[in-house]
Amino acid sequence: MNYKLIVRIAVALSLARWKQTLVAAVGVTFSITMFIALLGFMNGLNDLLDGLILNRTPHVRLFNDIKANMQQPINNISEFKTGHNFIYSIKPTSRREEIYNAAPILKTIQQDARVLGVASKIAAQVFFNAGTINITGVITGIDADVENRLFHFSDYVVNGKSQDIITTANSIILGKGLAEKLVANVGDVIYVTTPQGEIFSLKVVGFFQSGLQELDNTQSYASLGTTQKILGKGNNYITAIQVKLKNINLAPAVAKEYAKLFQVDAEDIQTANSQFETGSFVRTLISYAVGITLLIVAGFGIYNILNMMIYEKMDSIAILKATGFSGVDVNHIFILIALSIGVSGGIVGLLFGFLLSVGIDQIPFNTASLPTVKTYPVNYSIYFYLIGFAFSLFTTFMAGLFPARKASRVDPVIIIRGK
Amino acid sequence: MSELVLQTKQVNKYFHDPVKMQVLKDISFSLSRGDFVSLTGRSGCGKSTLLYILSTMDTEFEGELLIDQHSTRNTNEKYLAQVRNEKIGFVFQFHYLLAEFTVLENVMLPGLKLNKYPEAEVESRAMERLKMLDIYDLATKKATRLSGGEKQRVAIARALINDPLIVMGDEPTGNLDKKNGQIVFDLFKKMSEEFKQTLLIVTHDLAFAKSTHRIIEMEDGKIISD
Repeated sequence: MNYKLIVRIAVALSLARWKQTLVAAVGVTFSITMFIALLGFMNGLNDLLDGLILNRTPHVRLFNDIKANMQQPINNISEFKTGHNFIYSIKPTSRREEIYNAAPILKTIQQDARVLGVASKIAAQVFFNAGTINITGVITGIDADVENRLFHFSDYVVNGKSQDIITTANSIILGKGLAEKLVANVGDVIYVTTPQGEIFSLKVVGFFQSGLQELDNTQSYASLGTTQKILGKGNNYITAIQVKLKNINLAPAVAKEYAKLFQVDAEDIQTANSQFETGSFVRTLISYAVGITLLIVAGFGIYNILNMMIYEKMDSIAILKATGFSGVDVNHIFILIALSIGVSGGIVGLLFGFLLSVGIDQIPFNTASLPTVKTYPVNYSIYFYLIGFAFSLFTTFMAGLFPARKASRVDPVIIIRGK
Repeated sequence: MSELVLQTKQVNKYFHDPVKMQVLKDISFSLSRGDFVSLTGRSGCGKSTLLYILSTMDTEFEGELLIDQHSTRNTNEKYLAQVRNEKIGFVFQFHYLLAEFTVLENVMLPGLKLNKYPEAEVESRAMERLKMLDIYDLATKKATRLSGGEKQRVAIARALINDPLIVMGDEPTGNLDKKNGQIVFDLFKKMSEEFKQTLLIVTHDLAFAKSTHRIIEMEDGKIISD
C-alpha cells in the first residue's frame, strides 16, 4: 500500500475544505482545553482539601488508648477455660498515657526503610486562664523542625515563625480562635493551669490557623521540652508517635505490624480519615465525566463534518475508485483525515489547556482559613495530558470510522450514472 | 487472430428496483488488441450498463467477464481495483477530475497508486502524455480552472498514464461542443492508429461511430449488429 499517496490525498481533501476542517479541529481543541483545565483545577482543589487534613495527619499514629483489658482474670482460671465467659460492667484498666520505651521505639522506626520520618508528640490537657474564665484546651508538644518537614506545620503558623517555640523558652503558638478568646497578641504572656493545679506562664510567639474552626479554638503548640515541663514529666515522656510513610497505601499493614511489635495502639490514616478518600474520588469522577462528555460532543462534530465532506466529495470518491483505488484505500483516507483533526486539535488543546491552567493558577484566591494559599490551586499532573490526548485520538477515530466506512462503500457506478 | 483483451460470455443483468427487469440479455463478444470499437444504441438500451460491467465497477451480473484472459469471477473488490488501476483507462461523459489537485497531479494519481515507477518517473510520464494531447502548458493549473474540452483531454491523459490494456469511454464527446468533440475524437483515432491502443467508446453520435473501425449496436439489452 502506498501510504504516502493516501496521506497526500487526505491532506488535499482536508485543505480543500479547510474552514470545515478547522472548525472540527477547534471543537477538539476546545474540549481538550476544557478537559485539561477542568481536571487540573478540580484535582488542585482536591489536593488542597485533602491536604487540609491528610498533610497534617500521620500515616500511622502510635499511642496508648484507654480501653478494657482483653485478658480478664477469669480467663486465667483453669475451671472456666472450656466455655465462654460473659463478664458484665468491665472498666478500662488504668494505663499510663505515656508510651513505654519511647526512645528505642523511635530508633527502630527511624531505621525502617518504608518510613519517611517520625515525630514524637505530647498531648497535654490544660485550662487557659482569661481573667476569671478558664478555657479548656490542649497544648501539643512537638518538635517544630520535624513537624515542618513531615506535616507542613509552618504553613499554618501566622504572625510568627514555627521555630520560635524552640528558640524562645516557655513559649507557645496559640490557635487563632483561642487567641481571640484570650485576647492575646504575639509577645503577650498567658497563663495556663494544669489538671494537677499548677499555674504556668507562657509567652505567645505566634498564631496557628488550620482552617478548621474547631481545632483553632482549642489547639495550641509548644516545644516538647516546654510541654514536659508543664506536665511535670521527664524528658522521655511521649504520648504519641507519628509516622509518615513513603507509600501511604502501606499504612494499614505497617500500623498492624507496629501495634504487635511495640505493644501499643496503632491507627492508620485510612481508618482515621476514610471519608476524605471518598470525597476526592467522587469529585475526580465528576470531572472526568464532564471532560469525556465534552470530547464526545467534539466527536459528534467531527462525525458531522466528515459526513458532509463525504457527501460533497462523492464525485471525487467515485473517480478515485474508478481509477483503481480500493474501498480500503478510501477508508484509510477518511480515517486519516479524522485522526489528523484529532491529533492537531488535541495537541493545540493540550497547549491551551496548560495555558488556561496557568491562568487559573494566577487568579487570587484569599481565604481566611487557608493562610498559605494565595491563588486557585491547579494540579499539573502529566496523566491528565496523556488521558486527554489518548481520548482525543480515540473519539476522533470513532467519529471517523462510520463516515469512512460509508465512503469506502460508495458505489462509483451510482455516482457516475447519476450525473 | 490477435490476442483477446476483453471477452464476455452470456452476460445477463437485471435491475430489481422498482420491478425486476432484464437490462442485458446474453451479451457475448470479444475485443482484440488494437480494436477501435464504438458501442451505440438508443438511450436506455443498456450500453452504459454494459460498459460499467466491462469496467469491473459493476459486479452484479450473470455470466462471465474475462479481462486479459483472466476471469473476474470469484475475485475481491481490492483485486478489481487493482485491475482497473493497471489495465483499464476510463473517460467519462463529464470530466470527473479531482478539484483539489492540479492538472498534473490528476494525471499522476493512478500512476502513483500503481506504484510501479518512482514519483519522478510518473511525473515525466504524465508530462509526456500532456504533451501528446497538447495541453502541456496547463500542467500546473488547478483542475477547476479548465474549459470543458481541456478537462476532457486531461481525463484522457489520466486514462493513459498506466499504459492500460483498454481505454473505455462513456460518451466522452457527449458534453462537448463540436470543435472540442472533434479534437477528442481525433485523439482517440490517433491513439488507435499510432499506438495500437484498444478503445471501447460508448456513443450515440452516429458520425462518431461511423468513423471507428467496428460498431456494436445494441437494442433492448441485446446486441443487434456487430
